[in-house]
Amino acid sequence: MMLLLPELYMLLVSVTFLFISLGRRRKSIFMCAKLISLLGLVVTLTSITGRGWLFHGAYKIDLFSQVFKALLSYGFCLVVFMLDTKDEIEEGCLPEYFMFLSFSTLGLMMLVSSVELISIVISLEVSSYSLYVIIPLRKGQTKIQLEASMKYLFFGAISTGIMLYGMSYLYGMCHSTFLSEILFIFPKFIDQPIGILALILTLTGFFFKLSLFPFHFWAPDVYEGASNTTTTFIATIPKIAGAALLIRITMLASAGSSQFVSILIILSALSMTFGNLVALVQKDIKRLLAYSGIAHAGYLMMGILALSRDGSASAIYYITIYLFMNLACFYVVILLSKKGENIVLNDLVGLSKRAPLLAFTLAVSAFSLAGIPPTGGFTGKLFLFTSAFREGYLTIVIIGAVNTVISIFYYLNLVRMSYSKEAPLIEPIKLSFHEKALCYIFIFLILYMGIMPFGLLGIFTAAI
Amino acid sequence: MAMEQYLLMNPLKFPILSTTIFLPLLGVIILLVMRDEKAIKVTALITGIINLLVSLLLYFNFNPDTYLFQFGEFIPWIPAYNINYILGIDGITIFLVILTALLAPICVLCSWTAIEHRIKEFMFCILLMETALIGVFCSLDFILFYVFWEAMLIPMYLLIAIWGGPKKDYASIKFFIYTLFGSVFLLVAIIAVYLATGSFNIPNAMFREYSLTFQYWVFLAFAIAFAVKVPMFPFHTWLPAAHTEAPTAGSVFLASVLLKMGTYGFLRFCLPITPKASLYFAPYMVALSIIAIIYGGFVCLSQTDMKRLIAFSSVAHMGFATLGIFSFTLFGFEGALLQMLNHGVSTGALFLCVGIVYERTHSREIYDNAGLGKIMPVYMGFFGLFSISALAFPGTNNFVGELYVLIGTFSQNKVAGFFAVIGAVLAAAYMLRLLKQIAWGREDKRTIKDMNIREIIYLLPLALFVLWIGIFPRPFVHTIEKTLIHLATQMQGFFH
Repeated sequence: MMLLLPELYMLLVSVTFLFISLGRRRKSIFMCAKLISLLGLVVTLTSITGRGWLFHGAYKIDLFSQVFKALLSYGFCLVVFMLDTKDEIEEGCLPEYFMFLSFSTLGLMMLVSSVELISIVISLEVSSYSLYVIIPLRKGQTKIQLEASMKYLFFGAISTGIMLYGMSYLYGMCHSTFLSEILFIFPKFIDQPIGILALILTLTGFFFKLSLFPFHFWAPDVYEGASNTTTTFIATIPKIAGAALLIRITMLASAGSSQFVSILIILSALSMTFGNLVALVQKDIKRLLAYSGIAHAGYLMMGILALSRDGSASAIYYITIYLFMNLACFYVVILLSKKGENIVLNDLVGLSKRAPLLAFTLAVSAFSLAGIPPTGGFTGKLFLFTSAFREGYLTIVIIGAVNTVISIFYYLNLVRMSYSKEAPLIEPIKLSFHEKALCYIFIFLILYMGIMPFGLLGIFTAAI
Repeated sequence: MAMEQYLLMNPLKFPILSTTIFLPLLGVIILLVMRDEKAIKVTALITGIINLLVSLLLYFNFNPDTYLFQFGEFIPWIPAYNINYILGIDGITIFLVILTALLAPICVLCSWTAIEHRIKEFMFCILLMETALIGVFCSLDFILFYVFWEAMLIPMYLLIAIWGGPKKDYASIKFFIYTLFGSVFLLVAIIAVYLATGSFNIPNAMFREYSLTFQYWVFLAFAIAFAVKVPMFPFHTWLPAAHTEAPTAGSVFLASVLLKMGTYGFLRFCLPITPKASLYFAPYMVALSIIAIIYGGFVCLSQTDMKRLIAFSSVAHMGFATLGIFSFTLFGFEGALLQMLNHGVSTGALFLCVGIVYERTHSREIYDNAGLGKIMPVYMGFFGLFSISALAFPGTNNFVGELYVLIGTFSQNKVAGFFAVIGAVLAAAYMLRLLKQIAWGREDKRTIKDMNIREIIYLLPLALFVLWIGIFPRPFVHTIEKTLIHLATQMQGFFH
């Protein structure tokens, strides 16, 4: 029972919101959600030392899963705090909205603990279905949110289908759905085309979550169509779990398969290059961040394709810092849009005069996304590059390095717009104490992860 | 190599290098809570001056009889990757640190009235630049070095992008992307060296035997990064744009210290870590240096904008520095290092002079500012001194530097030496042309105020340095000599 505490708590949270949604609408729902999410973080952190197996070995509780659960619940907590009282979601739907958010987080938490194919699929679907529902919940828009939700649904369904197909191969080869047993038998097949095919197809579901090329098509439209907060959630939280499962499943190939790795290298290179090049021309900031996310999925793959302990630890480190810097960017977007509308680049003009703190938060996160020291984005990239280089994949490191230069152009554009352009009319944006505090937290986290990475890195290395 | 073999621990009672690096950062934190503009300027100035005094302690406690790194500090940072916080300076870096510390208060003073909006942020940028630049020169760990190296980009970018001239947008982005392009290759080279040696320790990586292929590739990656920073000939195009658009303080920092990071990189990394590749590529580097010297000279001849002229003259002057480095002789090294220092003093001062006249006439065109000789006699005194210093007139600092470089070059390669002399003649041509125009260009009855006390105060130390190095270079050469002798001997060992 104690082992499942974070999951049970999340389940309880979603049931609570379900009941709230049945009752009368209250103004205090935000306060309630904040307290609950904060408590959830505490609960997850207390259970971080849990170890054990459940459900006949289908469910594994170890430091790896618990670290990811802590990240997920931290992310959930931040998203809830970011939502605050903005006019984005239909007010009537708020309790349901929170319910689905927590339900999706529950699914992701289950996902990181699942070590059996069927439970992996079920957890993945639990998390995705909730998202399918909340994408269209957006106030005052016409049709783009419907298109977004349809796209997410279709691409999600297709990628699940492909993933199941790959899993059936895995099952066919190994006669087991348990990863521990597959791990035992699979290395025999890793050099054969069928083995590589099975692995790649199985990974598809997680490539989709991470919006890795060529499973990225949903990302820009969904980011654009969904409300700002929903986008914030989709852009960060499922990616954490996706990274976790990618690491766990690629462990199957740790015996080493040059063909498998070359496929991953190609995907990584294409994802980075495509994401960065298309991001250059984006005007809508959420679309820009979507393409930046595609590029970052490519960077992340550098740690995963190293198929080493270092590589995995650096991938976890990177996804953690990505969580913070991406959330920080989205927070600026959320605060800037008064009615929940999408923000375009030109809306940033004069930001440094209207709200210096927001401009600074955006600058710090943009520099971090671009990988400029002393931010966490740099340290994360350094670890990724080093681990890929250590395994001898020089090409991908150079491609990554060149991509960093390409990406700087549009990240710098965010800073340039908010700092150097002259604004025609200046009305200051007043930030509440709560909003200021969150901004400072983001800035602190990004810089802290850049300058003092050893503590977290140690935990992540131990977790692998 | 064990730690104590290359790093002499700090003889002083306090961590002096960390202090010089982070004192400006402390100033930034104090500035955060201040509102009054005057108080902000004064605080920034005081921080800069205290830091200058602290950095002078380095000179007085420096032991010139050893080539080892001094004032060492060591704290483990990221043990999992063997990354440490290691600081130390030797003959190559000591004057660069002091120069940076000297320029920071000068930059605050020269922006006293020139910068009118967002003063607080401006002072932030200046102090952050100082932290990052001193950090670059003191770091003995690759990652620490890289962090400072890159962190410097942010304040410089903001200096150009916010307080720059009309084309600031273009110039700042070009500057950022160009230098970042170089830097990512630096990062790749650093990771390669790390994987070969198992640590990010810089002294540990120096003077080891690496395979030839490794050396070639790593040299090229390093060279791209440093060539962009210097900037060497085909990579120089960001420089005039950035210089012209930057505010005076930005130009001063750019010319005086930023460019030195490139040549410093050649001396610190390329030669010791990849000596054979350096030798292999030396003819190309010498050729590029010569092209930079002559090309820079010719472009300067056709400039009508004072700032652009001085910016392009930087390309030529830095060409002398790289020429000296790739002559692989002791004279060449000494000349290159002196040249770095000299260029920092003279060109920085010339940019300050342009800033002074721009504040009065709001034009940087040579024609608009012609004929100031009678109207601003004090100004012309300073301007004259710095221009003849820039053309390497005997008795001024650049003469010593160029002489050393030329001796070094002639001893290795007569043809290169010949072309370098042509460059020196070109320098005389364009600087004298500028001086003549500004001093006697035209007669009219303008009323422009001469320099005030504040301006004299910040130009005076630079003028003293010009004459001091020019007339009595002994203390400077003596301080840097041991380190460079060691480097030259080590290099010779690799060649024979």
